[in-house]
Amino acid sequence: MADKMELNEVEVWDGNYAAAQALRQAQIDVVAAYPITPSTPIVETYGAFVANGYIDGEYVMVESEHGAMSTCVGAAASGGRVATATSSQGFMLMVEVLYQASGMRLPIILNVVNRAIASPLNVRGDHGDMYAGRDSGWVQLDAFNAQEAYDLNLCAFKIAEDVNVRLPAMVHQDGFLTSHTAQNVSPLSDDEAYEFIGDYKAIDEMLDFSKAVTYGAQTEEDWHYEHKAKQHRALMDSYVVIDRVFAEFKEKTGREYKRVESYMMEDAEVAIVALGSTVETAIQAAEELRENEGLKAGVVAPRCFRPFPFEDIQEVLKDVKAVAVLDRSCPMGAMGALFNEVSASMYTTTSRPIITNFIYGLGGRDFSLEDAKHIFREQKGHADVGYITTQIQQFSGLRGPKLGFFESKRSK
Amino acid sequence: MAITSIKNLKEFSTVNERFEGAHLLCPGCAHSMIVRELMNATDDNLVISSATGCLEVCTAVYPYTSWDTSWIHIGFENAASAVSGAEAMYKARKRKGTLKDPDAPVKFVAFGGDGATYDIGFQWLSGAVERGHDFTYICLDNENYANTGGQRSSATPVGAHTTTAQAGRVSYGKKQKKKDMVAIMAAHGAPYVAQLAPNKWKIMAKGFQKALETEGPCFINTVSACTTEWKFDPKDTIHITDLATDTLMFPIYEIIDGHELNILYRPKNIIPVEEYLAAQGRYKHLFKPENKHVIERIQKEIDEKWEYLQRREESRV
Repeated sequence: MADKMELNEVEVWDGNYAAAQALRQAQIDVVAAYPITPSTPIVETYGAFVANGYIDGEYVMVESEHGAMSTCVGAAASGGRVATATSSQGFMLMVEVLYQASGMRLPIILNVVNRAIASPLNVRGDHGDMYAGRDSGWVQLDAFNAQEAYDLNLCAFKIAEDVNVRLPAMVHQDGFLTSHTAQNVSPLSDDEAYEFIGDYKAIDEMLDFSKAVTYGAQTEEDWHYEHKAKQHRALMDSYVVIDRVFAEFKEKTGREYKRVESYMMEDAEVAIVALGSTVETAIQAAEELRENEGLKAGVVAPRCFRPFPFEDIQEVLKDVKAVAVLDRSCPMGAMGALFNEVSASMYTTTSRPIITNFIYGLGGRDFSLEDAKHIFREQKGHADVGYITTQIQQFSGLRGPKLGFFESKRSK
Repeated sequence: MAITSIKNLKEFSTVNERFEGAHLLCPGCAHSMIVRELMNATDDNLVISSATGCLEVCTAVYPYTSWDTSWIHIGFENAASAVSGAEAMYKARKRKGTLKDPDAPVKFVAFGGDGATYDIGFQWLSGAVERGHDFTYICLDNENYANTGGQRSSATPVGAHTTTAQAGRVSYGKKQKKKDMVAIMAAHGAPYVAQLAPNKWKIMAKGFQKALETEGPCFINTVSACTTEWKFDPKDTIHITDLATDTLMFPIYEIIDGHELNILYRPKNIIPVEEYLAAQGRYKHLFKPENKHVIERIQKEIDEKWEYLQRREESRV
């Protein structure tokens, strides 16, 4: 039996260490992984737990990220708890198998420490990898700090493994900004954490020889569509379980999570919608603007990137006049993906606030308090005149000439 | 019951099947013979992974399956990873006591064609063997990407015509030598590596049993004559395979612990390779006068390889 670890009520952990501790407490059966910056410390820390008797499961260090996720799929089909971690190029190498994992309805947990995608090669954080996973059929939860990276890992197992979900789940955190920044984290004890997640429930497993199972069958035009539609439905409906797990987590810890987090939105006139560690920057900017300039600013942050909280976005933004949606991934020839999704949510309502798009922070470019304040003030400008006074898509924090695209065709 | 107690082919045909006959493989395809023989070589439970390829697309078309055992297919390149994940999970659950039947004996097997093994899945196989998982990897080597209509692989021999290494007015087909996968896997230090053929079915059954019983990663390259792409009559599969083993185009041998080489079959009369080549449409262009040199090259390379194998065996190193 694995040794238990005595933890303090408050620990000083970075996001990677927090995630590794949550993985240890989950008593995973198989971790198959390949290290890559900035998620490497998750795999290393877990390896240290293995080497010191804190893990009963198998720790399989494979030859590539594609091999890591493939090994996870084989392991998950064999009826046990499975997890891994990756970033950036490693994530891109996994992409093929991400679809196969979700298509086979295997509840694998993947920690994605978000990092930019080459070329040019870059080890810093942006959301290029997270966005590349958005059609892969995984639940995607986004942590904005180390505490959340820990908490959401515990929740992710419980969500993914629920009999009504049985889909894989990613827990995202920002490379370096979250993964390498030590913060106060309040962990659960080993027993409390495991009790919260619960035992793994094996379904249609390859190691139950009383019933033969075939995983990864072929379907063509006769059945493929129905399979994919059913899978989509499972992901769409997973919000019920996500909400329930978040509620149970609150009951246990007092820490509350929602599929869409909102800050100071009760009376907000303008808002920023963002993901990741930027959320905390935007909150501080909003607080200062409220205090110093009387600007009614608020922040909206999808905790759940998939399933996309379409209706919750509608609800939280319904009384806002102008919204800036921030995408930390280069959309390459289109509007940002988060902008498109928030816009789609709001277009199907009667309120239809002004919505503009900012691309920012690519390759780890700092997004400062001033950048956030500038965006809020610009939204206030739109709100006051009732139309978009800038280009619809702008690049924030880019050196050289200002870059932006598209003018509003709405009445001025 | 496992094949050990079976004395002849007639009995072989009556053993309990875990691979159902109702599959979509071509008439005359050797894949099903090899797969059935592997599954009949043990009474243990089987967890099988298959790479994308002829075997996979012909045996698991929803809502049907030919596999009356645990079976998984992920992709073209990762059959070795899939089976190593299953094997790791078995070890973890055995240790933790969460298996439904902890005493049930189980063997882990992966099947891949030469495309999946020699080419696209090479890295995944190498990694799984290096990690030392307890599994047997069987390559169904038909020397081309048959599932997609006959393109070259690195297992395609010199002089063969494929759709991506074509014979034509100025080309005699594939220019490059076949990759020596058996040697490569032996060089990994795998405890048991062999090259076997379904015409020598008793040798093949023994080799399969040896691999299944050996702890650690084992690799077996099997020659799987392809009626469609080698271009011969479906009734001639075993005849063509006889020619393959008796011309020594496919020598039958094993390598234990990466060094101890044993030749498992010595043809009484070694047949000139011309006879093997002449029996298949994929080599017919080699019989034009300008391509005579290719046949000479093939024969020379066969002779050299046979000499090498015999010396390796004699030297006992």
